[in-house]
Amino acid sequence: MAARGGAWAGLCSLLALAALAGLGAEAKNSEDVRCKCICPPYKDHSGHIYNKNVSQKDCDCLHVVEPMPVPGPDVEAYCLRCECKYEERSSVTIKVTIIIYLSILGLLLLYMVYLTLVEPILKRRLFGHSQLIQSDEDIGDHQPFANAHDVLARSRSRANVLNKVEYAQQRWKLQVQEQRKSVFDRHVVLS
Amino acid sequence: MINAGDMNGSGNLMDFLDEPFPDVGTYEDFHTIDWLREKSRDTDRHRKITSKSKESIWEFIKSLLDAWSGWVVMLLIGLLAGTLAGVIDLAVDWMTDLKEGVCLSAFWYSHEQCCWTSNETTFDDRDKCPQWQKWSELLVSQSEGASAYILNYFLYIMWALCFAFLAVSLVRVFAPYACGSGIPEIKTILSGFIIRGYLGKWTLLIKTVTLVLVVSSGLSLGKEGPLVHVACCCGNFFSSLFSKYSKNEGKRREVLSAAAAAGVSVAFGAPIGGVLFSLEEVSYYFPLKTLWRSFFAALVAAFTLRSINPFGNSRLVLFYVEYHTPWYMAELFPFILLGVFGGLWGTLFIRCNIAWCRRRKTTRLGKYPVLEVIVITAITAIIAYPNPYTRRSTSELISELFNDCGALESSQLCDYINDPNMTRPVDDIPDRPAGPGVYTAMWQLALALVFKIVITIFTFGMKIPSGLFIPSMAVGAMAGRMVGIGVEQLAYHHHDWIIFRNWCRPGADCVTPGLYAMVGAAACLGGVTRMTVSLVVIMFELTGGLEYIVPLMAAAVTSKWVADAFGKEGIYEAHIHLNGYPFLDVKDEFTHRTLATDVMRPRRGEAPLSVLTQDSMTVEDVETLIKETDYNGFPVVVSKDSERLIGFAQRRELILAIKNARQRQDGVVSNSIVYFTEEPPELPPNSPHPLKLRRILNLSPFTVTDHTPMETVVDIFRKLGLRQCLVTRSGRLLGIITKKDVLRHMAQMANQDPESIMFN
Repeated sequence: MAARGGAWAGLCSLLALAALAGLGAEAKNSEDVRCKCICPPYKDHSGHIYNKNVSQKDCDCLHVVEPMPVPGPDVEAYCLRCECKYEERSSVTIKVTIIIYLSILGLLLLYMVYLTLVEPILKRRLFGHSQLIQSDEDIGDHQPFANAHDVLARSRSRANVLNKVEYAQQRWKLQVQEQRKSVFDRHVVLS
Repeated sequence: MINAGDMNGSGNLMDFLDEPFPDVGTYEDFHTIDWLREKSRDTDRHRKITSKSKESIWEFIKSLLDAWSGWVVMLLIGLLAGTLAGVIDLAVDWMTDLKEGVCLSAFWYSHEQCCWTSNETTFDDRDKCPQWQKWSELLVSQSEGASAYILNYFLYIMWALCFAFLAVSLVRVFAPYACGSGIPEIKTILSGFIIRGYLGKWTLLIKTVTLVLVVSSGLSLGKEGPLVHVACCCGNFFSSLFSKYSKNEGKRREVLSAAAAAGVSVAFGAPIGGVLFSLEEVSYYFPLKTLWRSFFAALVAAFTLRSINPFGNSRLVLFYVEYHTPWYMAELFPFILLGVFGGLWGTLFIRCNIAWCRRRKTTRLGKYPVLEVIVITAITAIIAYPNPYTRRSTSELISELFNDCGALESSQLCDYINDPNMTRPVDDIPDRPAGPGVYTAMWQLALALVFKIVITIFTFGMKIPSGLFIPSMAVGAMAGRMVGIGVEQLAYHHHDWIIFRNWCRPGADCVTPGLYAMVGAAACLGGVTRMTVSLVVIMFELTGGLEYIVPLMAAAVTSKWVADAFGKEGIYEAHIHLNGYPFLDVKDEFTHRTLATDVMRPRRGEAPLSVLTQDSMTVEDVETLIKETDYNGFPVVVSKDSERLIGFAQRRELILAIKNARQRQDGVVSNSIVYFTEEPPELPPNSPHPLKLRRILNLSPFTVTDHTPMETVVDIFRKLGLRQCLVTRSGRLLGIITKKDVLRHMAQMANQDPESIMFN
């Protein structure tokens, strides 16, 4: 399971990388580029913000501020106070990133719900009462991977694909349980 | 010596899922590596490749690929670290705003992105646009009034609790090693300690996902320390793809040092600062080759992050500032005061945080991690919402505090009384008297400062990913800005005092409060982490100007001096001591006059040293010795009478070799003699087949005499990375000194508890 999870993480990161790289090279959406000019109050005109889609070399007060609110001789004084900035963003990048992040988060939540709630119920139904006789170590162990020891012992015999995957998953669960004991219970690492 | 590089990996996917066979040469969890052996294995490998490369073109190409694999690994680390940092920044941006409202046109936009294309933003209300609606507007169609405020408040708290609960559950279920900052453990790992799974793939995934959640939940923590951990996980992942790094723990740590530099580089947008941080704070051995490769990884990571462009203006960090107003010599006095404040706050924070973490470790508080996270989040959210400076994310707060007030800023902090006849251009506004908005901002900032100081003590160290660069910088920036505004108003109202007369005439722009905020941030960060050069370089890479090096250095030096006067340890070293990791710090000086006999084991009155003899022990004797003791290794002597030293054998390798021999070799039984010499000893006839274990014997263990001063011994341990050292007198073996003994002795000499060193 560690391998599968790792492969999944690698796949997602590569997907994100490819998406971002590919989309960065595309022609920019016309909405994603703007020149923003902020002009403070001047005489009796109030402050105003102007946005316009122009190229970077045209990003100054004279090209962007339309219609000019002050008459001719005052234009220079007005424009001297305005501050113009060229900004660009990639809306596709934002969209792809947020959607990928939310899907990974959702998958993790589903898997967590499955591991903590669904799997113990399923195992209890499948294997009946024999599983209730647990070893001393597991009594009172309400951690998510409490059955890992037993499954590990049983499934060593067979060797087909599904069992190998399950075996790897159980080994991962044991590792996480060990980590959880060191960190949360015994406070040995990472106080 | 064993050449463990002979084990070739089978290409079957199914074997990948099998449990890895622990061969001779790998290390156990929570043990220290043998640096000298890793180095000699790497030299062997390199020599083999070089000699084979002369045989054919294919071998030559393989040797070239081997030489280039280091650079390929750096490139991959930089790409992945930059991508992950970009994803984290974008996701944090969105989720932080999700607590307050949602964008109706496209739900994946944060507040600023949502109002990007709208034409309804006005000069006074730059944040409002109809596409973005707060939750109260969406749910009950009211945007002002008491009920709207209460609804917004309630939903803010609910979102914060939801994010924090998800984060701590994910950490608990999937990757418990993903909690905390990561830097103390990475420092220990880079010094040679093994923590299996700490840099694994699940830890990487969970740390990235939960880091976004906890930063968005409004808790008083940052993401820089966890980003170093994330980058080191990437480094570990890519180095496992190349056998040059996956099979050699020493080489792997070179890659991890470079990955740590890439992590800081994307956190701050400071490649050079990242390399210096890795050199100064994180790494243990830093050869020059690693310096060049770290720089490459940091540059690639910074470039990848810039091409993702998370903040929409080709800047790497949210609080990049770019002003160039000059500063004056007389201002050094408030800068030094800020340095003193930073040092004092650093000391206070370290002491209180370590006390609280120790309480969490030893009492019942540590049994309820999930509850603790929820309670702290609730307290943070309840207190943070009413104050507009704590309601927004800490990065935005720092950004606003760093910014200079031009004519265009509309925040309360810039609510100065403007001269209506002023005709100056934008960035040369003279000093003005403060308006009412500034006074309101000052007391709100003071409250926010006290709150942040208190809550960060309880937040750092919880069972969620938490960093402390950003909260420290926020504390310093708030203090600095308040001092800056104070000095500015003092200069305006009393411009005829002697100190101001020369450089601050009325109508001139002399004091920049934003600069004071930067200096304060640097001072507080330096007081907590005790960084020196890397801090100054990071800060001036953040500001983009070399003009402010002198104030930053003055503040950093002052804060380090003040903080060092109270205690020598930074926060990371303090956490290492708290956890008892076996970390032999290169910065500690050992100045006591003890000798090796005072530290070596066995002491007078203890059981004699457990040794193996050259050729007179049976397999059963060895197994009994191994079972009865738990030492990591045994010296091998000629015989029990003449205790002349032959070599040293590791426990793990003895166990594996005996197990292998019992399974594979014929005739090896419990009565077989174990011999470490080249030729088998003289045996009576009909005795069972002897077992030769010379190949696991280290024939060159480090020895010192009993009168060697401990200063030299500590130096040897530090410089060579030893795990144990044997003590002899006139050729006879007297005892052994392990790294744990050295650390315990140093703790005892420093009047600390020697029993706190827990690991070997």
